[in-house]
Amino acid sequence: MTKSKTVPVTGAQPTRRDALKTLALGGGAAAAMPLWARYAGAKTSEPIKVGFQVHRTGIGAAYGRWYDRTTTAAAALINEQGGINGRPLEIVAEDDGTDPKRGAEVVEKFATQHNCDIGFGTLFSHVVIGSAPRAGELKLPYFVVSEGHHVASGMLNRYTLQPGITDVKSQVQAMAPFVAENLGKKVTMIFPDFAFGHDHRDYFTAAIEAQGGEVLEHIAIPPTETSFTKYFPKIPRDTEVIYHVMVGPAVLTFVKELGEFFGPQRPEMFGFIDSLEAVDIGSPGLEFLDGTYFWEGNPRYAQEDQSEYDAFFRERVGVDANGASVSDPKDVSTYAHMFGCWETLHVVKAGMESAGYRGPQDRAALVEAVEAMTDMPHSNAHPQGAKIFNGKTHQVFGHQYITKVVDGKLLLVHTTSIEDTFYPDEVDYTTQAL
Amino acid sequence: MMGGMQKSLLLHGGVLVVLFALQFVLPAYHHGNLARIMVLASYAMGYNLLFGYTGLLSLGHALFFAAGLYGMGLAMSQFGLSAGIALMVGILLGALVGAVIGALALRTEGVAFMIVTLMFAQAGYLTVLYFGAYTRGDEGFVIAQADRVLLSLDLSDPTVRYFAAFSVFCAVFIMCYLAVQSRFGKVLIAIRENEDRARMLGYDVARYKLAAVVLSASLSALAGASYGLLFGYVGASFASVQYSIFPLLWVLLGGAGTVLGPLIGTLFMFYLIDLSSGITTAYMLIAGVVLVFLTLFAPQGLMGELRRRVWRWLP
Repeated sequence: MTKSKTVPVTGAQPTRRDALKTLALGGGAAAAMPLWARYAGAKTSEPIKVGFQVHRTGIGAAYGRWYDRTTTAAAALINEQGGINGRPLEIVAEDDGTDPKRGAEVVEKFATQHNCDIGFGTLFSHVVIGSAPRAGELKLPYFVVSEGHHVASGMLNRYTLQPGITDVKSQVQAMAPFVAENLGKKVTMIFPDFAFGHDHRDYFTAAIEAQGGEVLEHIAIPPTETSFTKYFPKIPRDTEVIYHVMVGPAVLTFVKELGEFFGPQRPEMFGFIDSLEAVDIGSPGLEFLDGTYFWEGNPRYAQEDQSEYDAFFRERVGVDANGASVSDPKDVSTYAHMFGCWETLHVVKAGMESAGYRGPQDRAALVEAVEAMTDMPHSNAHPQGAKIFNGKTHQVFGHQYITKVVDGKLLLVHTTSIEDTFYPDEVDYTTQAL
Repeated sequence: MMGGMQKSLLLHGGVLVVLFALQFVLPAYHHGNLARIMVLASYAMGYNLLFGYTGLLSLGHALFFAAGLYGMGLAMSQFGLSAGIALMVGILLGALVGAVIGALALRTEGVAFMIVTLMFAQAGYLTVLYFGAYTRGDEGFVIAQADRVLLSLDLSDPTVRYFAAFSVFCAVFIMCYLAVQSRFGKVLIAIRENEDRARMLGYDVARYKLAAVVLSASLSALAGASYGLLFGYVGASFASVQYSIFPLLWVLLGGAGTVLGPLIGTLFMFYLIDLSSGITTAYMLIAGVVLVFLTLFAPQGLMGELRRRVWRWLP
């Protein structure tokens, strides 16, 4: 049993002086509690809940780890700056196992159990495509950071948007002018024989032909392949450029065997950094890549003319000048993609503030507010570069970077214009009901 | 005093009544989950018919699930068929694939049967990737919300989806319940217990086994086609080896050779992963440890153990 404690009651009424004292004390306390004070202007201090669908396990785990860090850093910054509409931002993370079935379940969990305001952060295309139908049905704004063309292709729905990272179609087609002008016009493509590789095959073939070039050979590698030497004799002798987009753990073997096949006499080579995200470019076996070119969504190595925004972004996320974690130089980031999380959260903030977002009843208004966006200037909110958002296709367009491997580092040699990445609209989501 | 048959009817009927009634009381998240679980449990019941009752351990059932999924999905996306007809196409494709694979794989037995079915399923998975122009390979494709209409009912509506999943579950559940108590089911059990004896008694064992494969494949295909229709996605991951292992796990957990086991196993595994993933990224480790303990202390699965200890009349 516990003893009850009696609180003495005084009969005196509070005076005006007492009230003023209390107010002063309250004000002082508020000033001493910066977070409280920052959100004091909001009508409610309930957090804005962002459901973060993260690949913590499965094939996307390396990406997921850095998407997680970037998201955490962006949320911390937004909260330091007063949150969204004066309300703090809360990240509710759920692992989707890089699996589309689990992804859809996680989206349901965000909407119906965690009561999140939006879903956010998905990278792998099959998880996006598996989850988006449920997001649309639940009318949960679903901000993906996938770079897949699935959003702009019209396959998904009005509640799915990609405002923080460009899509593969625009990336690939923007590479063709540089390849044709600087590396050669006779190209052999080596790509994995599944959807990601097929996107590259289709978009780049069309783009290089538009530049007066041609693809001499398409070499599709089955996804279960572990050795590649037997495919290399298919490379035509008059190939000027090899375009490669191999991904997954076999990429080191691929590069090593390609190096053994060609020796010092190799054609020019151009690849997508997706193959080597989270991989140290100085890893043994990758020496063969010296002097070759890569697409990068955002240059991993801090360049000589690094923008102040990129420096700010690196510092906040905890990435050093070599693109690795400041606490572990061997922990290489997924720098070409992860900025998308940062930028998307800033778009969400801008969209919610523009829509006067109060809660789930304003989800449709949030979608409309983002659809109304166009220019996104190069800034701390958009450290990768300026962008233009297409509200009809729900897809953002931006600069692409081409770097060259020099002494084990990736040095920037070309930046495309945003216009290089444009293509005709394939959908108008604004015609769909909200 | 009630006999075993009456108790069994009461229990199984009671489960269906509870599943029906849960629609009205479950919170939204669990409501959606249960719809999903009922479809997946239908898949597990189809698997159980072959594994639990006939004694044939297949490691290739993802092929049948995917046959239903893609049969339905491609019928809609490539040929513009309505949801109802596409569903039938999915089931028929599953039955056809089951008949072909059964005719070939049943020439083997034991471990060889496992390996052959696994290889066929892997070939099926690679076929999905190979025909990426139609299937969109590993990415898969979406069945548009507007097309997911059956008998004028919008299958994307939560209530309709729940009842559609419940209907699929009921159909498979009742079919399995009746099948395992019919003459056909008794012969399958006889084959499982002693194939030579069944043959000696004059039963055409090969024909019964093939019929079991075709029926199991058809039910798996029904589950696959229903899953795609109800949740709007058709993807290659459902054809991967993982989805051949899942029904085996669900059935082992719930109790092989029991009608209720697949539902209990699917439900248990679903929430084990759902809850443990909220605690740690090593949730599969938790699932693994639980499975080890269950194997040690309830080797016949949850319902199997219940049958052994308490309800000996459980079918």
